[in-house]
Amino acid sequence: MAKPIDQQQNFFKGIVKENPVFVMLLGMCPALGVTSSAFNGLGMGVATLFVLLMSNIVVSLVKSQIPNKVRIPAFIIIIASFVTIVEMVLEAYIPFLYEQLGIFIPLIVVNCLILGRAEAFASKNTLKSSVLDALGMGLGFVIALTVLGAVREVLGNGSIFDWKFVSEDANTLILFILPPGAFIALAYLAILFNRLTLKTA
Amino acid sequence: MVRNESTLLNMVLALIVITVVAGFSLGYVNDITLEPKAKAKLAKKMTALERVLPDFDNRPVSEILLVKVEGAKDSVEIYPAFKEGAFVGAAVVGASEKGYSGLVKIMVGFEPDGTVHNIVVLEQKETPGLGTKMKGEKFLRQFRDRHPANFELKVTKDGGEVDALTGATISTRAFTEAAQMAYEEFVKNKELITTTDR
Repeated sequence: MAKPIDQQQNFFKGIVKENPVFVMLLGMCPALGVTSSAFNGLGMGVATLFVLLMSNIVVSLVKSQIPNKVRIPAFIIIIASFVTIVEMVLEAYIPFLYEQLGIFIPLIVVNCLILGRAEAFASKNTLKSSVLDALGMGLGFVIALTVLGAVREVLGNGSIFDWKFVSEDANTLILFILPPGAFIALAYLAILFNRLTLKTA
Repeated sequence: MVRNESTLLNMVLALIVITVVAGFSLGYVNDITLEPKAKAKLAKKMTALERVLPDFDNRPVSEILLVKVEGAKDSVEIYPAFKEGAFVGAAVVGASEKGYSGLVKIMVGFEPDGTVHNIVVLEQKETPGLGTKMKGEKFLRQFRDRHPANFELKVTKDGGEVDALTGATISTRAFTEAAQMAYEEFVKNKELITTTDR
C-alpha cells in the first residue's frame, strides 16, 4: 500500500464528496424506481447498504486469492449470493417491504455502485478501509434515496413516511410519484446538493 | 500483495471454491427461512380473511375449496366461513391479468346472500400513488354492503357504477374484473360451500 488512508475522510467521502447518487450518479435504477415514498427509499437503501458492506468485506478478504482475469465473475457471484440472502430474509421477516420493493431487490445485483466499490476499492484495500468505505458509501446511498423518496412523497402524495398531512381528497402533484417526477426531483436535488457542498469543499 | 496468477488451474479453482461456498450458504439460508416464509404467507392470508369476512369460528384456510375456471391460470380459491355451524359467508380470491403492470389479485368477502362484506387487495404491481390507491379505504368503501346484482362491477366510463381511481382507470378496470370473477364463482359454487361437510 502506497500511503495510509485517512480513515475519517474515507468514511465521509461516501456521504458528501463522492455521494453515489447526487455526485457520482451511480445506482440510478433503484434511485429512480423505488423512491416513490420515503419508506421505500429507506428500505431499498438499507438493503443495498447491507449487500455493499458484506460484499466489500468478503472481496477485501479474498482479494489476494482471486486470479485477476476472473475477478469480475467472482465478485458478481459474491454480490449475487448476498442479494439472494437479503431477498429470502426480507420475504420471511419483513414481507411488507418485500412486496413493496418487488423486482428491485434482485436488481441490487446489477447496481453498479456495489460492483464499482468491490472493483475500485475493496479489491485494492484492507478490510478496515473497505468496511468504512462500504459504510460511508452505503449511508450516502441510504440518505440520498430517503431524501429523494421523502421529497416525492411530500409533493406527490401529501404525506411523509405514510403520515398524511393533507386531506384524503386534496389534489397533490401526482407527477412526482410517476417516473418523470423521479427524474425532475433527482435533478433538482443533485443541483442543490452540489451547490451546498461546493462551498464547503 | 501478491495476486494469484491467472493460470487456467487457478482460475478454475477460484471460481469453483466461490460457487460452492455461495451455493452452500444460500442453501443454508433458504432452509432456515423456509418456515418463517410459509408462516408469513399464512399470517397474511389469515388477516385478509378476518378483514373480509363477518365473524366466524371455523378455520376457512383448512376448508378451502379450489375451483377450476376456464381462461384463468390458477384455480380460484374459495374460503367458506361458519359460525356455530351456520354459514355466514365466504371469501373468494379473484384475479385479473389486465392491471397496468399485470396481475391484480383481490379477496372479496361475501355474505350468504351475495352482498359484498369487504374487499382486500392481495397482490398488485400498480403505479405507486395512483393504482396502489386501490388498497385505500376511500376506494374500497364504495363496494361495502353492495350487492353485485344491482351494483354493476364496472367503471362508470364503461357503464358500470364503480368510481375509477384518479389517473388509474386501467387499474380500476382490473380490480372490477377480479371482483366480478369472484362474485360469479361465489354464485356458481354457493351450494357446495354452504354445507358444512363436503
